[in-house]
Amino acid sequence: MCLAVPGRLVEISDGGELRMGRVDFGGVTRQTCLAYVPEARVGDYLLVHVGFALSRVDEQAAMETLRTLAEIGELERAAAEDDPEGAS
Amino acid sequence: MRHLDEYRDEASVARVVRRIRETASRRWALMEVCGGQTHSILKFGMDRLLPETVELIHGPGCPVCVTPLELVDRAIAIASRPEVIFCSFGDMLRVPGSSSDLLKVKAKGGDVRIVYSPLDALRLARQHPERRVVFFAVGFETTAPANAMAVHRAAAEGLSNFSVLVAHVLVPPALEALLACEDARIDGLLAPGHVCTVTGYRDYEPVAARHQIPIVVTGFEPLDLLNGILAAVRQLERGEARVENRYTRAVVRDGNPGARAMVDEVFAVSDRSWRGLGSIPLSGLALRPRYAAFDACGVFDVASVTASEPAECRAGLVLQGRLRPTDCPAFGTGCTPEHPLGATMVSTEGACAAYFHYRRSPQPAAASA
Repeated sequence: MCLAVPGRLVEISDGGELRMGRVDFGGVTRQTCLAYVPEARVGDYLLVHVGFALSRVDEQAAMETLRTLAEIGELERAAAEDDPEGAS
Repeated sequence: MRHLDEYRDEASVARVVRRIRETASRRWALMEVCGGQTHSILKFGMDRLLPETVELIHGPGCPVCVTPLELVDRAIAIASRPEVIFCSFGDMLRVPGSSSDLLKVKAKGGDVRIVYSPLDALRLARQHPERRVVFFAVGFETTAPANAMAVHRAAAEGLSNFSVLVAHVLVPPALEALLACEDARIDGLLAPGHVCTVTGYRDYEPVAARHQIPIVVTGFEPLDLLNGILAAVRQLERGEARVENRYTRAVVRDGNPGARAMVDEVFAVSDRSWRGLGSIPLSGLALRPRYAAFDACGVFDVASVTASEPAECRAGLVLQGRLRPTDCPAFGTGCTPEHPLGATMVSTEGACAAYFHYRRSPQPAAASA
């Protein structure tokens, strides 16, 4: 139930009592409450849970995480070159 | 899908698994708290990829599973009333009560509806002023802001035909209860990433300090989980015990202030009984007195409905991480998703359901010792 899915904000409608927007989850779009992400702009990726966006995906942090994970690979490769048997 | 696919790359997964294998010098037991993480681990076969030095213990983070039997019975009593439209998230419908479940109420003609969001229930209340719309507000801190907003809107709009049956629970007090057990054998914790999008992780810092245990805020994709596991193992190998955030793209230390403020506006922290774990002080949320008119227990006078657990279901031990689902004598025979004994077999976050769906067989005794 704590499943939250990232989706891209494609439209904001400010007219009603609640700030709502349309979020695209890989082709399926859903009306989503934006009340808790006042900073969200069209194009942002949001983590959505039961119809509410709970956080804006921090693109820079995502890149840093992927870079850290890639570095683990780099170190692996360096170790493998030093010790070819370990690579098999 | 962006922000998902990058974290499922097979070659990267293999590399991080190797790094975990190199880092762990002895056997460490880590508990992933959230049932969504349990399902990811089983779905992607990560329990089979990890080295033997890392044991994953599945935690109590399944809100449907820990909702007390008497609340399920109250839900069934309310949903059976002819004037009620009873709204719930889907996986609550098959959870067995003492003698029925919500799906059976629906089969007998009860108006039980599966909703995607509490705002859907609110819409039904607006559309059907002649009916009473009740939403089963089950969940952890992740779901509380949505449910709080529904109640807050109902109050603002004067929707007197809307109410909520509240079964909200909080993660840190449950972790404290598990760690305080004398025979707890948990070396490190993977904190639930989506709970932390709302709450942040300040509340986990005293837990880490008090129990001298590393706590790593962790996401849900394979590389997220491995990243969290690697961080926890590194801390353990160095003798560290601190809170570390490995889900930085979604979580900041203070969480989401707007969401927290709305939860605090509508709910107050209260004692709460957990199915399988018993009563835990200050581990749940209850409506504040100014929102008492929206409490379904009061509206329908079901507070006197009480119940006791069936003896053959061992879900309590599963929820405490003391019994692997496949070690339960009823697993897959007396208890299946079609004929469940307990909620852990039917919830999308239940550990028994994960083991059943992803076809884990009973393990040899040595492997589960």
